[in-house]
Amino acid sequence: MTRRRSPLLISIACFGYALLYVPIVSVVIYSFNASRLVTLWGGFSTRWYVSLLADDKLLSAALLSLRIAVVSATLATALGALVALALQRVRRLPGRILLSGMITAPLVMPEIITGLSLLFLFISMASLIGWPLNRGASTITIAHITFSMAYVVVVVRSRLAVLDESLEEAAMDLGGRPVAVFFDITVPMLLPALVSGWLLAFTLSLDDLVISSFVSGPGATTLPMLIFAKVRLGVTPDINAITTIIIALVIIAVTTASLITGRRRATM
Amino acid sequence: MSHDANKYGPPTQRWLRRAVRLPYLWLLLFFLAPFLIIFKISIADPIVAQPPFTALLVWGAHGIQGIRATVENYAFLFRDSYYGIIYLSSLKMAAIGTLLSLLLGYPMAYFIARQPPRRRQILLLAVILPFWISFLLRIYAWIGLLGNHGVINHFLMSVGIIHQPLTMLYNDFAVYLGIVYSYLPFMILPLYSNLERLNLDLLDAAADLGARPWRAFVDVTLPLSIPGIVGGCLLVFIPAVGEFTIPALLGGADTLMIGRVLWDEFFVSRDWPVASAVSVVLLLLLIAPIVWFQHLQNRELEATR
Repeated sequence: MTRRRSPLLISIACFGYALLYVPIVSVVIYSFNASRLVTLWGGFSTRWYVSLLADDKLLSAALLSLRIAVVSATLATALGALVALALQRVRRLPGRILLSGMITAPLVMPEIITGLSLLFLFISMASLIGWPLNRGASTITIAHITFSMAYVVVVVRSRLAVLDESLEEAAMDLGGRPVAVFFDITVPMLLPALVSGWLLAFTLSLDDLVISSFVSGPGATTLPMLIFAKVRLGVTPDINAITTIIIALVIIAVTTASLITGRRRATM
Repeated sequence: MSHDANKYGPPTQRWLRRAVRLPYLWLLLFFLAPFLIIFKISIADPIVAQPPFTALLVWGAHGIQGIRATVENYAFLFRDSYYGIIYLSSLKMAAIGTLLSLLLGYPMAYFIARQPPRRRQILLLAVILPFWISFLLRIYAWIGLLGNHGVINHFLMSVGIIHQPLTMLYNDFAVYLGIVYSYLPFMILPLYSNLERLNLDLLDAAADLGARPWRAFVDVTLPLSIPGIVGGCLLVFIPAVGEFTIPALLGGADTLMIGRVLWDEFFVSRDWPVASAVSVVLLLLLIAPIVWFQHLQNRELEATR
């Protein structure tokens, strides 16, 4: 095979990677800027990090977001894994077309429509069955489960597609009960996909602005909602500090996840 | 039951069939039902009440007496050329954004796919990695770079390339940049998985037969990568049409995108029936690309089933 090194191709690729990373790097650098002005370098300082710790509104928003993200990612992974298994493994699944349609549509649905329609659902439910009386963490969690499930299904289905089924068949042939085989064999084999599905759902939930804004009620402000309100007015140095903290957390999470899944793959 | 007739074993099938009812019901309630409700509200009249629209069913002493529905909200959208312009402008901006993503994403995917396997993994990871960092914060990062007093203008002026700051923020340019930046991984991934699978023997054959590299690309690689191009473009175009965050943070006052208008219609004007009608029309515009995308997605997964 001819592997030419086209200078044009290399420079486009470099431009692309620069586009992806320059904004992130610049935010990290300026988060340590002592000056309030964006472009003026006023010396190294951690004052924006210190001021974050004193910001009660911000901390409670961050906690709310984390709580919602953990709960919704966990439930979305459980429900999504079931859908993926059913779509990939069950023959002649009743309502298969509708199910696979409902599970792929959220991937490309404009968030603004998802948010608006879910809000209308919650309002209709409140007047019909009296729940939810107050919108907030619970309605946001439900909304997040619904859209992040779709991403979990994609991740788990692609893992199932390449999974060797002979182990499960052997366990079945040896008389293993289906539920036992599922938890003892299928789940461990799917674990890397479940971990990455969970992480994906967690990140999507932590990041969601539009859908949360629609289905939230007074008193429930998630971190992205708070950040959006601040950022609309322009650059603020404490947001740079938040971004840097989130980048650090993501790097830790991704490294841990790849170590876990990498080790599993090595031992299997 | 014979082993190969049902390779996963019938009891598990039964178990799964039963268990999948839960997510099924969940999706019916929280994904499908909301769309029916939004459609219902779009054919109601706005009133000053809570909720601010008329009921679809008119109840009398002996049950349902009739149905009250109106097409007035849709007629309003069509009469008022403002909405037509916004829909067209959203489609145009999403299309240009998609094209720009393709122009950047294709060479990148091609470049990655032609690297040795080990480096391929690293380069691909480098494309996906930013996706894990908050989308909102990554869009925010551009405000600091693009502004009149931003990093880029500051740099260009200090080295003397320009003397007046370039207006790069709060206009359509910034929105295109935002679309390309945020959706680039969605363009590159389908293209990469397509280009990586390409049968290189065909390219070698073309080269052996004396085809110039550029001709071999246009005649062999490009046609074979069309499924990847379509997949990537749909993944960028569909969400870009309804995008809210990018035009809200990077766009100017004259950047017309339907996501932003819908947001204002709902949060500022509080006209729910019109907001619903705006959503239904947006959904109708997107239904063809969404169905196309689902078709591609299913074909990909069914092929491996």
